[in-house]
Amino acid sequence: MDLYPLFEWLESTTIALAVRDSLWLFPVIECMHLLALSMLGGSLLVVDLRLMGFGLKSQSVSHLARQAHPWMVGSLVMMISTGIPLFLSETIKCYYSPPFWYKMGFLAIATIFAFTVRRKVTAGEEKRLQGALTAVVSLGLWFAVGFSGRWIAFY
Amino acid sequence: MSLLGFFEWLRNTGGSVGIRESILFYPIVESSHVLSLALFLGMIATLDLRLLGVGLRGVPVSETADRLLPWAFAGFAVMVITGLLLFYSTPVRAYQNIFFRVKMVGIALAGVNALYFHKTIYRRVLDWDNDPVPPRRAKVAGAASLFLWSVVVVCGRMQAYNWFD
Repeated sequence: MDLYPLFEWLESTTIALAVRDSLWLFPVIECMHLLALSMLGGSLLVVDLRLMGFGLKSQSVSHLARQAHPWMVGSLVMMISTGIPLFLSETIKCYYSPPFWYKMGFLAIATIFAFTVRRKVTAGEEKRLQGALTAVVSLGLWFAVGFSGRWIAFY
Repeated sequence: MSLLGFFEWLRNTGGSVGIRESILFYPIVESSHVLSLALFLGMIATLDLRLLGVGLRGVPVSETADRLLPWAFAGFAVMVITGLLLFYSTPVRAYQNIFFRVKMVGIALAGVNALYFHKTIYRRVLDWDNDPVPPRRAKVAGAASLFLWSVVVVCGRMQAYNWFD
């Protein structure tokens, strides 16, 4: 299925036009996207570092994960809700940008991983190797999302 | 030689031109700069939220600081190294950009805020280590930190625009 007609239509929607026509809307949303990135980074790292045996070692993984979870969900919601208008304002550019498609792929996998495997591992009984492996996969996936995201601007 | 004169000279050095015109190196440095934000500010914000009494309330403040700040420093080191390389690639443009100047002031103020916090209320952290909501002065330091670093991030992003040059 070719998504081009869909992308073309999306770029003509009200939100897309509003962002594109405004001088400051795109940068302002970008800034919020970046601030949410910091929060997402913090809420992921506190748990993933702990899974690898670093960071807040005296706390149990499940205790930390429970406390970090609302922050992770909140920052993810903020990332996506700021990401959508950014995407809408340049859908055709994104359509032709390989990093955009990589980002969407990694984003889907990272999100599913966070709410399935990682959720289960952090809630369950602590097993060192399993925890460390989960953390490495989690951080690797989110790193790939962020890295390919930044490259949309370049390619 | 004036600062501007120095940066004009710097702009024409081989390294500066090399980074500016590179196809892969510049994007890699730029991406590393942005992504290390998740490590640096992620850890700083986590501590700030603990100081505000809204996050990790069950974890002692001293443990949060001791165990997370080394990671924040590691992130900061990457930010400074990549940031210097980015500055080196376009020194004149950065120097003349209002957002860059505000960003530098923001970093300095955030540093002063962190130093002041550690030299004052944090010295007696053991008195309030386990309080779910720390004393007011610690909360103020946490809020100031969040605000100042947000200004730094926003100005860093806005540096791409030369609206007020």
